[in-house]
This record gives sequence, structure tokens and C-alpha cells, in this order.
Amino acid sequence: MRHVTSLRIGPMGFRIGSDWRAPIAALDDLYRDYPKPDGGIPDFNVHLFAARPWRRFIRPSVHIAGDFVIPDAAPLPLEMGLLAAEMGMNLQMALGQRRYLLLHASAVERDGKALLMTGISGAGKSTLAALLMARGWRLMGDEFALVDPATGLIHGFPRLISLKNEALPVVQAALPGARFGEIMEGTPKGTLRHLVPDARAIAAMAEPASPELILFPSFGFAAEEREVLPSEAFVRLTQASTNYMSLGERGFDALTGLVKAVPAHAIDYPDTDTAIAQVERLWGTR
Amino acid sequence: MTAYRAAPPATLRIVPLDALTLIYHRASGITHIVDAPVPEILEALGEEALTVDGLLARLAERFDLADADPMALAVRLDELVTAGLVERR
Amino acid sequence: MGNAVSAAILTRALRDPASTAGLDANGWTTLLAIARAEQLIGTLAHRLDGLPMPQAAARILADARASAEQGRVAALWEAEMARRALAPLGMPLVLLKGTAFVAAGLSAGMGRHIGDLDILVPRERIGEAEAALLVAGWEWVKPDPYDDAYYRRWMHELPPLIHRERDRMIDVHHTILPLTARIRPDAEGLIADSLPLENNLRILNPNDMLCHAAAHLFADGDLAGGLRNLWDIHCLIAEFGTAGLEARAAHHGLSSAVARAARQANHHYGTPIPESWRVWDSMDPLFARRLLARDGWGRQTRKLTRFAFYLRSHQLRMPPLMLARHLYTKWRKGHVPG
Repeated sequence: MRHVTSLRIGPMGFRIGSDWRAPIAALDDLYRDYPKPDGGIPDFNVHLFAARPWRRFIRPSVHIAGDFVIPDAAPLPLEMGLLAAEMGMNLQMALGQRRYLLLHASAVERDGKALLMTGISGAGKSTLAALLMARGWRLMGDEFALVDPATGLIHGFPRLISLKNEALPVVQAALPGARFGEIMEGTPKGTLRHLVPDARAIAAMAEPASPELILFPSFGFAAEEREVLPSEAFVRLTQASTNYMSLGERGFDALTGLVKAVPAHAIDYPDTDTAIAQVERLWGTR
Repeated sequence: MTAYRAAPPATLRIVPLDALTLIYHRASGITHIVDAPVPEILEALGEEALTVDGLLARLAERFDLADADPMALAVRLDELVTAGLVERR
Repeated sequence: MGNAVSAAILTRALRDPASTAGLDANGWTTLLAIARAEQLIGTLAHRLDGLPMPQAAARILADARASAEQGRVAALWEAEMARRALAPLGMPLVLLKGTAFVAAGLSAGMGRHIGDLDILVPRERIGEAEAALLVAGWEWVKPDPYDDAYYRRWMHELPPLIHRERDRMIDVHHTILPLTARIRPDAEGLIADSLPLENNLRILNPNDMLCHAAAHLFADGDLAGGLRNLWDIHCLIAEFGTAGLEARAAHHGLSSAVARAARQANHHYGTPIPESWRVWDSMDPLFARRLLARDGWGRQTRKLTRFAFYLRSHQLRMPPLMLARHLYTKWRKGHVPG
């Protein structure tokens, strides 16, 4: 690979190689304060490559591969090279993670205790995590939360926060001093811009937290809250995990331990201000 | 008569939660989310192979069965056979 | 990532685990990437277990061991469910490849990646087996009529079936090479000489396992993933020796494949084989290089060689006209080799 960088996000190290300079330059810029993989040995490799040599120059399209691949990952145009790199890293986590139970969830921490938010795409877990970071919570991650089967603790994965469409102006207003990547229009997910987690999130990325509250947010409904029983939380979290089956009994122990010990609530919200108020209140009364 | 035998108890991790029961089956690595009377059936079978009638009699001893219907029990058992938690002998 | 990198770093580590003591961070990164690409990381993890190594590498290999163990459980369960489905038919059911190795506790199964369940049943009873599996929850994978007709007419197996609940594939074979291949192994002999495990499951006898692995490596594929198949061959020879292997290979018409497999295993992994078997032919260097064609990211290199092997493997499987028709159908559907 012509261009290479490596970085660590939470406990996981990555090496990213690319046929083009631009995606690597974007990663080096936005991830400049992140550490390198532990011991210089990455957990995962990502390749961004041209399917045919001339496609490096003519209508360059970025193919995504790595240690773990899906056969039909659609390529992206070169302007979205950073997105391709992020998707490549996410793909490695989703397909290859075997140390931690991986939950498709955002996580924030306060006083050493973690709040997990999970839901279907568009439920607003990235937006809520970014807004809670703006309010002084430590961001642990906007996409994946990692449960350590040995300890039950949550490890963060504070990659660049991926903000989409209507969420962009809301978060930009809440975090006027934050660092953002380039705006990418017309991605498979619409308009997209990456936000760099704040200095505290990066400095504390390796510190786990004990899970304290699980929320299942849904955006676009009148404000409502209801308690979620452990059995329902278990089913919903297995659906939010890409590696529950692969971990076998360790995954079973980690997840039954989590839902038995940690209260869970579903919250419906019409707007983000309402959601933040609901979250803070539930956190206070847990 | 077809007899049914449950997966050996040592291969099952049974965790009751509120409304449902989780069963982790070590031999398959599969988690089953079940409702009554599945845990009761597995427990009643124990390590023996029983016919539907034999199992029904044993369940009736232990539980207050309002409608002891062998057909309904046979259907449940077939589901458990498909899931691999019970084997036909 | 220059041309100096090759999968030799992996074969060396498998052959001589202590040699990894000399690796720096880049060396470990390359070794782990190539081991993943060759689906040998679980095997490597077992070979290197307990040796001193950097923490980061130790964690990755511990994950790989756990993953392989879970894969072993799932593979054995698929075999058990197939056994239950076919039990009422009373036909011999022979496990093949990875599932057979772990079911019999062979060294080739240690940490091995196992994909689909491969089983061998008598050819004249394959229709019964298919019907029983369909009743027990397996379903056709692909509705494509060309592929289906192709499989049924020419391949050595049923079109692949997938279980609708467990999402796992089963390949039901009635021999170990396609019917289009020039070589026709003695399928009845494979079953007649198979060995019983518990529960009516069977495995091939060791020499037939070796013949199958060699056929799979050279005659029935494009050498992709060849180092893993070759590791199987290494382990089988190391565990069972080579007594009677030559005669059995000749019986199946697989003498040259088995001989080449033994030479390549000896070359790459130091497999103990008789001195007289070690004379290379003109093709051996090409095979040896092709097996090692990986860059420092685990990606395959030497694409021209790969294309040659792709065509070659199809020529072995199908007479030329059929080959042309097959490739044309594949290309029209957008499949490009190489």
C-alpha cells in the first residue's frame, strides 16, 4: 500500500493503507491527537484500494477491504475517502471483534459510570452522545460500546463522531469550538460530517467504566418513557450486537450479567432538548 | 413409541429472567429464549428418554395441569427437536 | 511494502514457533495479517501458545484461539444435527475436512478455521439424504437454474444447502472430485474403508484423508487458501506417517497430487516424508511461489500466476467446451476471475 497510517481508538489498534494520499491525510489530521496501536501492533488492518490500477486516476473509486471483508462492499468516490476509511474500521470491528461483546450503541461516562444508548439507525444515538459531550459528559463512543466479558466493564470506542443531515447544525451550535472534518454531500447516508471528540474523551479513551443505565431512544415521537424488562433488553441487545453468537458462553455471561444488573428504559422524544432532559432526569433517579 | 431425550443438564445454562427464560446450549453455542412450559419439559425429562405419555404423566405429577393434552405436548417437543434441545430416540 | 514480504513469514512461524522471538512490531503485524488472510490465525495461535511475545500480539492470538474454539463447537453441532436428520435412513455419514479433524481430535483440527459442513454419503442414496435434510430445516441456497443444473450434472456434491434457523451451510458430497474431472477416485472405497466415531458419524481413514486433502489442494481448486490445506496435509502426515499412502493414492488416481502435496508440505513445513519422495519436478517451484504469494497486508500478489492457476483448475474439472460455456455464463453475470 502506498500510503499508510496507524492509530488506536479505545483499546483497539488499526493500520490503514491506501492507494491514495487523501484519505490518509484526512485521518492523520483528524486523528492527530490519538495514540498509536499498543506495541506498534494493530488489531486490525484496513485497505483502501483501486479495483484496477488505472482507477487510481480515472473516476477513482475507493474499494474497502481489510482483515475481514464482506464480498459486496460498494466502493465510494475518492472525495469520500475518509468515510471509506471509517467504514473499513467499523467493518473490522463488526466482523472481527472477539475480545469484547460489541454493542451497536453510543456511550458516555460520568463519575466512572457509563450510560449506554442503543437503537435502530436514525434513533439519534450519535447526536445525543455528542450533545451530552457538550454538556460535560465524557464521550466513550458514538457507534460501538464494548463489554468486557471478564469484568463486565464498558470499554469505549471514541472514533470520530459521524453526524448526519439535520443533526449537523444542532451539534455545530452546541459545540462551536470543536474540530470538524470536511462536509461530505451525497454519501449513502446523506450529508455527513465528522466531529473530533474533545480532548478529555481522547485522553481517557483507555479507561473503562461500569455500566449504570441503558437507554433505547426513538426519535420522532411524543415524549414518553417506559421501563424495559431484562428479558426485552436482552433480546434488543443481542440484535444490537454483531458478535454475540461468536463469543459463545462468554457473550451469554456478559449480556445476562449486563441486563440483570443495569436498569433499562425506552425513551421516545420529539426533539433533542427533550431527549437530553429525559436522559439527565433518568440518570438522576436511577 | 418414539421416546424423547433432553440435552444433558450439564450442557445447558438456564437463566430465568422476568417473563422469559434464557437457555444457553453449550453443545451448539446457541441461545434459546423460551417461555413456559419449555424449562419445565426439560426438567421433567431430566436424563431419561420418555414417551409423550410418560412425560405428560410426569408433568401432571409435578404441576397442576388444567388441560393435559398429548397433542399440544407433542407439538412442543417437535419444536424442541428442531431446536436441538431434545432428541428423538 | 516491498516484494520481500511473503507468506514465508507464516510458514516459518508454524514450522518453528520459537523463530517468532526475532520479530519486531512490523514483523508481527505482517505475520498476523497474513495468518488471517490464509485463515490460519487460529492454528498459529495454538502453535505459539505460551511463547513469549508482545502483549498486543498475545491478545490477538488469544482472541483467535477463543474464536476457533467457538467455531469448533458450532461445526460439531452442525455435524450432530446432520446426523440426527439422517439417522432414520441408516446410511453411513462420513465427515470431511475440518469437521472431521475436530470430531476425531486430530492435530490438523487444532485452531482450524471451519466453514461449511462437508459430508460424504453413498452416491445412490444422495437423493434420500437431500430429502431428509430438507425436512429437517435445510433449504436451497441459490435459485439460479444454471448453477443448479451445473451442480447436479457435474459436481461431486448437491447444490449447497443452508439451514434456515442456524444459517450454516452443508455440502453433501458423493465423491471427492467433480464427475467432469479426468480423475475418478474410488468413492465406494472411501466409504467402505472409513472409520467409525461415536454416534454413527464416520471419518475417512488417514490415507484417504490425505488423498482428499491433496485432491482439494491441487485438482479441485485454484490454490486459494493453499497454505491451510497444506497445513492439514502436514499434520496428517506428521500424525499418521506415510505407510500405504503411495498405494492408496495410486488406487484413487491421485498419485501425482499426493506426491506434490507431500513435497510442498515438506518444503514449506518440514513435513517428514521419505527421502525418495523429495525430488522436485519442473512445476514445483511455481507451486511453491504461488503458495507464498502474499504481501505485508495479507493480500494476494502475483496476479498473473493466479490467473493461470484459475484456468488450469477449471481445465482439470471440465472438458474444454463445457469450460467455455461455464465461463461465459459466469462472465455474463459479472464474475471476473483474478
